[in-house]
This record gives sequence, C-alpha cells and structure tokens, in this order.
Amino acid sequence: MSASMAVSSQAAMAGRFGAYGGRYVPETLMAALEELEHAYGQAKVDPDFQAELGGLLRDYCGRPTPLYFAKRLTESLGGAKIYLKREDLLHTGAHKINNALGQGLLARRMGKQRIIAETGAGQHGVATATVCALFGLECVIYMGEEDMRRQELNVYRMRLLGAEVRGVGSGSATLKDAINEAMRDWVTNVRTTYYILGSALGAHPYPTMVRDFHRVISREARVQILEKEGKLPTAIVACVGGGSNAIGAFYEFIADKDVQLIGVEAGGRGPGLGEHAARFQKDGGGVPGVLQGTYSYVLQDENGQVSATHSVSAGLDYASVGPEHAMLHDSGRATYVSCEDGAALKATVTLSRTEGILPALESAHAVAEAIRLAPTMAKTDVLMVNLSGRGDKDMGILARELDLKGAQ
Amino acid sequence: MAIEFKKKPGIVAYLTAGDPSLSITRDIALAAIDNGADVIELGVPFSDPLADGPVIQRASQRAVLHGTRLVDVLGLAQQIRVARPSAGLVLFSYLNPVVRMGMKTFCERAADAGADGVLLTDMIVEEAGEYLEAMGASGLAPVFLAAPTSPDVRLKAIAEASRGFVYAISRVGITGTQQQVASDAPELVARLRKFTELPIAVGFGISNAEHVKAVGEFADAAVIGSALVALIEKSAPTDAAEAVGKFIAGLRA
Repeated sequence: MSASMAVSSQAAMAGRFGAYGGRYVPETLMAALEELEHAYGQAKVDPDFQAELGGLLRDYCGRPTPLYFAKRLTESLGGAKIYLKREDLLHTGAHKINNALGQGLLARRMGKQRIIAETGAGQHGVATATVCALFGLECVIYMGEEDMRRQELNVYRMRLLGAEVRGVGSGSATLKDAINEAMRDWVTNVRTTYYILGSALGAHPYPTMVRDFHRVISREARVQILEKEGKLPTAIVACVGGGSNAIGAFYEFIADKDVQLIGVEAGGRGPGLGEHAARFQKDGGGVPGVLQGTYSYVLQDENGQVSATHSVSAGLDYASVGPEHAMLHDSGRATYVSCEDGAALKATVTLSRTEGILPALESAHAVAEAIRLAPTMAKTDVLMVNLSGRGDKDMGILARELDLKGAQ
Repeated sequence: MAIEFKKKPGIVAYLTAGDPSLSITRDIALAAIDNGADVIELGVPFSDPLADGPVIQRASQRAVLHGTRLVDVLGLAQQIRVARPSAGLVLFSYLNPVVRMGMKTFCERAADAGADGVLLTDMIVEEAGEYLEAMGASGLAPVFLAAPTSPDVRLKAIAEASRGFVYAISRVGITGTQQQVASDAPELVARLRKFTELPIAVGFGISNAEHVKAVGEFADAAVIGSALVALIEKSAPTDAAEAVGKFIAGLRA
C-alpha cells in the first residue's frame, strides 16, 4: 500500500476547501487534470502569462470595471449606500470573460487546439466562443436544450462567433446536463481537448483556478471602495449559481472579518424540491454529496439521486455549488439567502427604471437582496452589489414575464 | 462466493439494476451466470451517469424513473447471492448514492447482501482513504479502473489498492459498443501487469465473441456492458433473460 498511500497524503491537501472539493472523476481524466494543475501552477507564477492576461483584460475586456454609486436607488430605499460593481460592462456582457480569457490563454500555452465548454445562460459560452475567435481555436459549446430555448440570443451569438453549439436533451436539459455532456466529450477527446469549465466547480484544480481568474473583481473593488468611501463595505452581495462571480467578489474581503459576505441563490418558484436551486437553504434538499467531480452541497432526494432544479435565470439553475462556498457556508463566514423568481424580475424592473441599468436575471437576484436589505441598514452603511452581467440576453423572458406591451 | 475466472477469458456481465424492473434484472443475472458469466456487475442507476454513453444513460434514466434505489439494488444483490452462491458479484455505482447512504453503512450492507466487491466509477485512488478502510472492514474487494491515459505511477497505486480484479478501460471515452477492441488495450494491460498478479478485466466497447476472443489473448476477462443493456432494451421484458443467456453463451463459442 505504500505507493498509493504516498499519493494519497500528497493529494489530500490538493483542492480541498475544508471538507469540500477534491477530485471525483473517471480515471481517464486524471492525467489531464494533473497536466492542467501543473500547467496552471506554472502559468500562475509566470510574469509573461500574467502580463498578457492583464493586458487583454484591460484593452480587450475593459478592466478595471467601474464601481458605481447607485444614487437614485439608494435614495429611493432610504438606507445603506448601494454601490454596483459593474461586471456587466465587460466585453461580452458578464464577468465570465475573466475566466474564459485566463483559461483560453492557458489552453494555448498547453498547445490544445480544441476547446469545449458548457453553458447555462449562455454567457460563459459566449465568452468562450469569443476567446476562441480571438486565439483561432476550435470551439464546441454544450448547452441544455431548455436553456437554448430561453437564451436563444446567446445561441446565435455563439454561432456567429464561429462556435458549434451542441444541444443536450438529457435530464432536465439545463446546465447540469450540459456539464455531463461536456465531461463525456472531454473523456473521449482528452488527449487533444481543453475543457474551459465556466464556474468555480468541478474537480481540482478548477474551483481554485476559476476563482483566481475572478479574484480581480474584489481586488479592484477593494481599492475602489476605499477611494470612494474611505472604508470597506458593510456587506457584499452576489448571486450564486456555481458561484464564480460571488467567489471573485468575496475573495479579497474574506480576511476582513467585519465585511459581511452574502450569496443569493435562486429561490425559483418556492421551497419544494425541484422548484428552486437553493442548495444551502434549510430543509431545501441540499446536503453534501458528489456531483461532477467535486464534493459540495447537492440538491438530491433521500436516495442520492440529483434533483431537478428551477430558476427563471438559467445561470443559477444548477443542483450543486462551488466547494469553496460550501466551506464559507459551514464556517459562517458567508451567509447564503435565496430570492424567488418574482423578486428577481421585480428587481430587474426597479434597477432599470431607477438607474437605467438592465441587470441579467442572475444578477437581479443579488439586486433583489440589496433592495430588501438596504432599508434595514444605516445610511452610513455601504452595500456593494456585484452586478455580474447585463440583461440584454433576457429580453425574450422579460417580455413574456413582465407583459411589457402594457407596461408604463 | 469469490471473484474467480475459471475459464479463459472470464466474462464480467454489467447490468443496470431495475431496467426494465428489479425482478427481471434478477432473472437476467441468473441467466447470465448460468450461461457462463463469472462475475455480475450490478449497476446502481444514477441521475447523472457522466462516464456512460447513450445506451447505459437511457437504461439508468428508465431505472431511476421506476424509482430504483440503492437499497433496492442491495436487496437484488442478496437475491442473486442466495440463488447463485458461487457467482462473483460486484456492485457498480457512482459515488453520490453511496455517500448519501454513508460509506460505512453502504459497505456493511453490501457485505451483508453477499457482494464480493464494489466499483465506484468516480472514485480515484487518491480520494479513497475512507472508502478503502470501510471496504477492508467489511471484507469487500475494491475494484478500481485503470485508463490508457494513466501513467505508470497511477497504475501502480491502482493495482495496489484493488482487490478481486483490476478493470482496464480499453480506450479513452465513455461506455458503448464499437467495431474493434481498441489498440490501446494490450499496451495498458501489459503496463498494469508489471504491478499486479490480480486478474485484469478489459471493458468498454467489448460487444461480441470476436472481441472476447481478442481480449483473451492479452487479458484475463472481458467486461460486456452496453451490448447487454442494448439487448435488454430491445427485448420484450419477458424475453430479456433468455436473450441475454443466449448472448452470453455465444461469447465463448
């Protein structure tokens, strides 16, 4: 047993967030994950890699993104000052490009010519297709058929960018099923293909690597809020699907114990199993388990079958959550609340009409929580919302749900 | 009751439990054993079978829809054990249903049911500490997968952690039938052989007598999975056991 024990003790530390994370994958993928871990470890400390990434984030994507004081929204709520971290202004319209660009550069460095990715709302798919166009790489995007229907504009965008979009009809035909199919492709084409996973999920090193590529959000925001307010925010609010924008927005504040970190999950249509994607809500059906390579909270029945989920926002409609959030949840460092479809839709309208900013339905969950929270806080408090994406992609859903023909 | 391949090559038959029903899976397993299968791999259906191709995905989905639970599969294992005391019996599962039941509880119940071993698709050796401990305490054989992409250092760890047999994946990819036995397979088996005396079974894409014969030239046993599941899918439920029995009998003809 000595050799395997040696491997065990070495790997036991790798990719763990408390009890969560790890690597639970078919053996065929292990060599690729080890190669990726090694390549990323080198790139992370390579000044040339970081300089190229930083240059593209600035000149191609538009970083740093502004930290905007939402004055009218703040005044209308009469409580804490609300700031929006404007990831929605990034190229392609969401935070997702931070990670897609970083991993795209890594794939190129590793000599991989074929890229695959999964997408829920389509934002990660669009970001990946964009990066592949930029670097001249072959691109295949897996997307649940239900998500293709509700995020049709993003399907067109990906195809326009030269990507092949493959619909996935199995299971509930949403994000989880798209990840299953992307993993099947990766297992089959592992020798030539790089998998750009789009959230802080999956087997090690993905949760760490994806978080690292999004850390720039909180690194910038920390400097910006100190410049504007001379103090750290009272609380930071971000929506949590897989949790990549949230971990990016939280990370540089984790050591600042007085800053509250609040993740907002999709409450969907209500608390029944199958009606929501609120993994951390008490009695909601989320318990620790293994899905798609990592140990984290998973919505499931008592026999360990992964449950269906629902959210009006495709990007939050997922049965598990990044393992670092599971750790932050258990330790109490971050709090996770949920917001139902109706409140998110309402927040979309509110932000649009008070600030002229149309948030993505995903981000609208965070806005809704801020709207609920701000009036309960003092006027001297500062509430920062990570506005992870813009809502143009959701116009079809919004037109249906809000009956905009008759709206004033 | 032990994992033993008396004739060369041995036959491992994979069945998705509960497709089309638990009682028919039982009849199919018995027919497979009576017609020459040395080991039954009893698959626990799972909602997200990401290592499986379309055939086993569909079977898994049907079985989950019928409400087949891990406890039911353990009950089925016990029935098979009682009916065929000397056949090899391995439970095959994705990790999550096992984690939900509790690793220790699962191993105890699997041993009580009379299983010889367990194969967890998404359990790699590095993460297997608690699993191996519970398996050892229950006297069960952990079977690990070895892949063509696994470097020697991993094959060594896999061989050392495995009991009963080692499962060599014939090619990169998901489960499913193919025309020929992959050219990756003999090399992988030769590399594995350096690290173990255990029998080596080759699976993924093995679907007919010709394949089984080819595997017999370089390995100890062949695993037949998707071909059986596809046969069950297209057979009328009442004919499935007989069809599988005939098919297995023909594999070593």
